[in-house]
Amino acid sequence: MTVTTTPAGKERGIQEGPMGAVRRLLRMRETGLILIILALFIAMSFASPYFLTWNNLRAMAMAFAVEGIVVVGMTILLISGGIDLSVGSVTALAMVIAGLLFLNGVDPWIASGIAIAACTAIGAGMGFFVTRVGLHHFIVSLAVMVIARGLCLLGTGGRPLGLYTLPPEFKFIGQGSIGVIPVVIIIFVVVVVVFDFLLRRTTVFRKVFYTGSNEKAAAYSGIRTKKVVFLTTTLCSALCGFAGIIYMARFGSAQPTFGIGMELNVIAAAVIGGASLSGGSGTIFGAILGTVLLSVVSSSLALLDVSVYWQDIIRGSILLTAVTIDHYLSKRRG
Amino acid sequence: MPAPYEAARAPISIECKADGMSGDAGNDPILKITDLTKSFGPVKALRGVDFELRRGEIHAIAGENGAGKSTLMNIIDGIHRPDAGTILLDGKPVNITSPAMAQQLGIGFVHQEIALCPDVSVAENIFMSGTNTTRSMLMDYTTLERKAGEILGQLGDIDPSVLVRTLSISQQQLVEIAKALTLDCRVLILDEPTAALTEREAQILFGIMRNLAARGISIIYISHRMVEIFDNCDRVTVLRDGQYITTRNVAETTPGEVVSAMVGRVIDNLYPPKQGEAERSGEIILDIRNLSERSRFRDISFQLRRGEILGLAGLIGAGRSEIVRGICKLEGEVTGEVSLRGRKLELAHYGDSIGEGIVYLSEDRKGDGLFLDMSIAANVSALSVEQVASGAGIIDERREKQQAESLGAQLNLKCAHVGQPVSALSGGNQQKVAIAKMLSVNPKVIFLDEPTRGVDVGAKAEIHRSLRNLARDGVGIVVISSELPELIGVCDRVLVVREGSISGEVAGDEMTEDRIMYLASIGEERAGVMRAEQA
Repeated sequence: MTVTTTPAGKERGIQEGPMGAVRRLLRMRETGLILIILALFIAMSFASPYFLTWNNLRAMAMAFAVEGIVVVGMTILLISGGIDLSVGSVTALAMVIAGLLFLNGVDPWIASGIAIAACTAIGAGMGFFVTRVGLHHFIVSLAVMVIARGLCLLGTGGRPLGLYTLPPEFKFIGQGSIGVIPVVIIIFVVVVVVFDFLLRRTTVFRKVFYTGSNEKAAAYSGIRTKKVVFLTTTLCSALCGFAGIIYMARFGSAQPTFGIGMELNVIAAAVIGGASLSGGSGTIFGAILGTVLLSVVSSSLALLDVSVYWQDIIRGSILLTAVTIDHYLSKRRG
Repeated sequence: MPAPYEAARAPISIECKADGMSGDAGNDPILKITDLTKSFGPVKALRGVDFELRRGEIHAIAGENGAGKSTLMNIIDGIHRPDAGTILLDGKPVNITSPAMAQQLGIGFVHQEIALCPDVSVAENIFMSGTNTTRSMLMDYTTLERKAGEILGQLGDIDPSVLVRTLSISQQQLVEIAKALTLDCRVLILDEPTAALTEREAQILFGIMRNLAARGISIIYISHRMVEIFDNCDRVTVLRDGQYITTRNVAETTPGEVVSAMVGRVIDNLYPPKQGEAERSGEIILDIRNLSERSRFRDISFQLRRGEILGLAGLIGAGRSEIVRGICKLEGEVTGEVSLRGRKLELAHYGDSIGEGIVYLSEDRKGDGLFLDMSIAANVSALSVEQVASGAGIIDERREKQQAESLGAQLNLKCAHVGQPVSALSGGNQQKVAIAKMLSVNPKVIFLDEPTRGVDVGAKAEIHRSLRNLARDGVGIVVISSELPELIGVCDRVLVVREGSISGEVAGDEMTEDRIMYLASIGEERAGVMRAEQA
C-alpha cells in the first residue's frame, strides 16, 4: 500500500482499520502501565482496608507529585541523550539556598527566585562542560552531585534549617489545598500537562527528539544540537530548583541531606515509562506513570509492613523487569 | 605457533596464477541447497529456494533488496535456522547452528557492515578468531603483526600495527576481507564487498577472488553492480521475493536479462533521458569561485546551470564529499565565494544554507542521514519543523503528515503509513525518505552524496527519474557517486576531483569510464605532459 492511497485528513491510525487503532493503543507502553497500576490498586484494596481511603491516596499523590516535577526534567534530558545524577543534591541545594537567605532576612519569594536561578546556573554550567568542553553527562553530573551536596552541608553545618517563621501564604504552596485538592498536586498537574504538550507538539522540543535519536543526523539537518543539549541540561536543573522550593514550603524546613538516592528513583521512573537511556524516545505521560507505579508499590509495601530493606530490592527488581520486557517487545517489533 | 596462523599463510603463495576463474569449475558441487524455506513471523523470506555452488567457482547472487539474499546467506552462515529444506556440504547433509560452526565447516562470511573493534590494532582484528583458539595465554604481538602484514600485503598498503579507528572505511573493508582469508575456508561469502571500495581497490579484490577460486575455493558474491558480476563471476543465481528464479552462466546471458529476472519485468531503460538541447544554456543557479579549505581541497570553481545534473567523480578520499559539505557549511574552514542566482551568500552554518535552499544528502543514511526510530513524517520534516508549525511553534500534525504523504507519493515511497518508523523500511525506501527530507524545504540546489548506495535496481531507477524531474523543474542537482556507470547514465556533465582539486570535466560523448578514471587517478596536467611526450 502506498501513501497515495491514504485518505487525507483522517485521524492517525485510521488507515490501519479501526481494529488497528485499538491494537496500537494496547501496544503502547502507557496502556500497559495503567493496567498494572489498576491491578495493584485492586489487589491492594483487598489486602489493606486503609489503602483506598482518601487520606492514603492523598499521601501517595503528595509523595510523588514533587518528585514528578524532577521526573519531567529528567525525561526531557534523557530524550536529548543526556542524564543527570545531580538531581537529588541540586533539589536539596535549592532548599538550603532559599532557607539561608530567608533566615538572613530576605523575602521568601525573592529567596526562592534566587535559589531557582542558582540551580539554573548550575545546570547551565553542566551544559557548558558537556557541550563545550566535551565531557560526558554522567561524569559531569556525578561531580556536580557531590559538589552540590557538599555545598548543602557546608551551608547548614549538616543540620536541617528550621524555617518556622515562613509566612502562611508561602507555606500554602506546599501545604495548602484548593477545595479538597492539595496545591502541590495542582502545581504538579500543571507542570506535567504543559511539558507534555510542549514535548509532543512544539518545534523546539521536537528538536530534542531529533538530537537524541541521532545527533549526527540532527546536525546534518541544520539543528544546533549543542544548543539543544545545553538547554535540556539547564531545564532539568531549573526544575530541580523549583521542586526544592516546593519541598521547602511543604516541610517548613531546609534539609541538607534531602534527596539522596533520588536520581535512581527518577531515572527508574522515566525508563519504566519508556524513556531510552540512549536518547530519542520517551514521553512525559509514560514517565509520570512510572513514577506513580513506583510510588504505589512503595506505599503498598509500607502498608503491608514489608521491611524497608525489602522495598529497595523490590523496586530494583521492578525496574529490571520493566526494562527486560521492553527489550523483548522492541526486539519483536524490530 | 598454533593452527590458525598456519591457515593464514595459505592464500599468500598464489600471487602469480591470475585469471583461473572459468576453467575447471564445472564439476561436483561443494554446497547444494534444496527447497529452503524460512519465515519471520508472517513474512515468508525464502520460499523453496535451490542453490548450487561448484568447487572453485565465483557465483553471484542477484536480487533486489528483500529478495532473500541476506536470509539465504545468514542460513548458510548459521545465523538463522531454516524452517524446511536441506543443505548438503560436500554431499553430506549439515545442520549449521552458529557462525562458529560455519567457520569450522570452512564457511567464511564477509559482511557488508563492518564489524571490527575500532580501538584494537589491525593485526589483532585480523586474528580475532585465531587468538580465541590459541593454547597460549600470552599474545605474541610480533608474530601476529608479521602474519597480518603478509596477508595485508596482497590487499593494499595497510600497517598492521595501527588502530582500526584510524583507517578509512575502504581500508576497514579490506581488513574484514583479510580476516576472512585467515580462516581456512572452502566457501567464502562476500556481501557487497565493493560498496565502500574505490575502483582500484575493487580491482585488487577481484584479482584476489580469482586467485582463491583457482585454488578451489568457492566464492558466493553478492552485488548490485551488474558490471562487477559480468566481469568477475562464472555463474549468477537470481532470487526474487524469496523465490529462486534462475541460475545462468554469465557467458550466456546479458545484464539486461539478469535485471529483468530480478525485477520480474523488462526494464528497457535503466537511466532516464538526459537534458534537452534548450536546457544546455540555462541560467546559472550556483556559482562557486575559488573555494579552498586548509587541508582538504583548494581552488574549486564550477557553475551549475538550471536543468542540468552535474556529477562529481573521483576516488574515495579525493575530497568530493568535503567540497560539497564545505559549500553547505557542514564542516571545515572554507574560503571562497558561493553565489546563488547571482547573489553572493554569507553562510555561517548549515542552518543558513538550508534557509537559502542549499541542502546536502549524506552518503551514510543510517549513520547521519535518518532518525531510524522516528516516524517517516518526523524524518521528512526534520530540516524545517517550523514549516509544518504555526507561528507560535506548535506543530500541526496534520500538515506534517500531509507533507510526508505528498512528498512520499512524488517519490513513489512504499510504506503502510507515514507514522511508521523509518527502520521498518527497506534500504531503497529509506533513501526515498532521506530525499523527501531534502525536498521538504523546496530546495534550489541539492547535493546528493552516493544517492543510490545499497539501493535495489527498481528503487534506483525511480530515484534517478525523480532527480531528472527535479532538474526539469529548475532545481540544481549535484550527484557524487563512486559508481561510474551511474554518473555517466544520470549526469549531463561530470567534474572529476583528484587530490582536492578539479582535474577535469567531461560531458557528452567524452563521458566514458576510462576517461573519468584517467582524470581521477592521473589528472589533466599529467595527462597533458604525457601526451606531449608521446608526440
